[in-house]
Amino acid sequence: MQDWKLNRALFASIASAPTLWLVLFFIVPLGLVWLYSFGTNVGLTEIDISGTFANYARALEPLYLGIFLKSVWIAGLTTVICLVVGFPVALAIVFATPKWRPWLLLGIMLPFWTNLLIRTYALMAVLRTEGFANQTIGWMWDKWSGLMTFAGLQPLGDFTPLPLLYNNFAVVLGLVYVHLPFMVLPLYAALDRLDKSLIEASLDLGAGHVRTLLSIVAPLAAPGIISGIIITFVPALGAYLTPDLLGGTDSQMIANVIERQFKRANDWPFGAALSFLLMYATFIAIAFQAMKSRQAERRQ
Amino acid sequence: MNSFDSIRKRIGRRSLLQGLGAAAIGITFTGALAGCEKKEAGKASTGEEPKLNFYNWDTYIGETTLDDFKDTSGIEVNMSLFATNDELFAKLRAGNPGFDVIVPSNDFVERMVQADMLEQLDHSKIPNFANVGAAFKDVAYDPGRKFSMPYTWLTLGIGYRKSKVDGVPDSWKWLFDSDKYKGRISVLSEAGDMFRLGAKYLGHSVNGVTPELVKQIEAMLIKQKPFIKAFHEDNGQDLLLSGEVDLVLEYNGDIAQIMAEDDDIDFVLPKEGSQLNSDTLAIPKGAPHPENAHAFINYLLDAEAGKKIAEYILFPTPNDAAKALMPADYRDNKVIFPTAEQLAKCEYAAYDGKMQPIFEEAFTRVRAA
Repeated sequence: MQDWKLNRALFASIASAPTLWLVLFFIVPLGLVWLYSFGTNVGLTEIDISGTFANYARALEPLYLGIFLKSVWIAGLTTVICLVVGFPVALAIVFATPKWRPWLLLGIMLPFWTNLLIRTYALMAVLRTEGFANQTIGWMWDKWSGLMTFAGLQPLGDFTPLPLLYNNFAVVLGLVYVHLPFMVLPLYAALDRLDKSLIEASLDLGAGHVRTLLSIVAPLAAPGIISGIIITFVPALGAYLTPDLLGGTDSQMIANVIERQFKRANDWPFGAALSFLLMYATFIAIAFQAMKSRQAERRQ
Repeated sequence: MNSFDSIRKRIGRRSLLQGLGAAAIGITFTGALAGCEKKEAGKASTGEEPKLNFYNWDTYIGETTLDDFKDTSGIEVNMSLFATNDELFAKLRAGNPGFDVIVPSNDFVERMVQADMLEQLDHSKIPNFANVGAAFKDVAYDPGRKFSMPYTWLTLGIGYRKSKVDGVPDSWKWLFDSDKYKGRISVLSEAGDMFRLGAKYLGHSVNGVTPELVKQIEAMLIKQKPFIKAFHEDNGQDLLLSGEVDLVLEYNGDIAQIMAEDDDIDFVLPKEGSQLNSDTLAIPKGAPHPENAHAFINYLLDAEAGKKIAEYILFPTPNDAAKALMPADYRDNKVIFPTAEQLAKCEYAAYDGKMQPIFEEAFTRVRAA
């Protein structure tokens, strides 16, 4: 059979539509925004591409760097929690019986069928002061208190609702909730390909479960773990809806600042510079990771 | 699913969720209707094709207004929704995508006039301008009403839960400069409004804010921040109604809407005075149906049509003829229509292109602090 790569005409005709699409609707608009980042506002609607670096200089001021760092910290924390929670879930799906597996996978993907905004509002209904979470905890508190009185003990005091919404906790919870499927799916794909006889061999040869997990399963699933980390971390870093709706007075992330530049502040050049700084940082992180993994491959 | 329903119902005109949902529905419906209409398409009395694209806030028109207009003029109105003035501005910034009538707030009228984005109105085609109250006939943000007609006006103040607050919290102090209601306060996330009202509290005009004053207000807000629960986006009435907070910085119309549902809620215009806003009807440059647009604006200023709008949206109307048709509990409502002496202390905020980025950056610092 002829290699499809050799059939140039066929290859070109198949590739042209997506290439055109990508250039027209991705590269060109992104290029425009990139140009804006070297521009200055003249008047209310005009931007003069003057080649200035002033926007970048302003974006690197301590105020914005601090917000960048905070966003990286929140996104990093989200990623770590997703990994810790997602890994056992992915393992459980891999080891589930074939009858159950599609249902469990469906359960992971089900939230994608609902709009992010709706899910976030639902989360608000759960977390608010008089929301479902506090109502449930309050109910249990009362029952427990009643039980203690029954047992002749001092009853608990009145229940004070927990502050679950409008703080950084709510933001991280919301981000973990939204991004968990992004972590579980690549992990599942990686673990599913894993040769299970290696695990049996490791256990037969006397390694414990923890040791097997850390020295056999984790290294073999490394590509899945890394891609899971990247596709969780990158969108979490750019999250703006979640901190906006669930966050408190100090929960702004860099994407919120970028959004305000394009809307309220009407300062597109500065907003463009901030977004491109975010992109440069992401690119560098991914390139660094690619370099590392190539080095690791060469060492083997 | 009580509380979820209540979220949908009570979020104000600038709500994101409702805006998106309704916009999606709006597109489907109007799309389908436009399709049916084509067969019998003739010309409207204005000589243009009988269509009009209206860009409005959510829940900001009477329930039957658009149908009534179609019955009288034969013009089919296609309404899309925006959630903030910035969204409106951003959409029109790169050229008008086909809107005939838009509803910018007063400061954005100034901004859009400066940016040459609005069409001059032909007053001879808007005879119902006579219905507009004297105070709204000539305004600083649009001298001679060359570009905009008043649609509603509103004022910012404090909405509060009576049973949880001592007396009447009639000063901005309780929101900006006091720990008395710690953790039970929510204020607007709009940088400009926050700094202008901060200036008002400190005894300055909302239009005379200097960079030095911004520094002072910024320090005050950073000090106050630990006591504030959230910065909300014009859905403060929802936070107040659900018991999340007990004091909110909100528009009078938004609070009037929830007062109808909960007796324990009230609204006060702080004694230092406040900021007035007015939403207006305007025609953007490049509107495809300018004649229809004039006819539509004229219709919205009609007494009967204005009454139906005011009945539904419960915002103060600048239309005296419509107000006269409204029941007494609307006309005499001190929340919807504050007294003249209270209003004397309120001002319209002028658009200041130089200060806006300074407000934004200062507020970013407040949030980051």
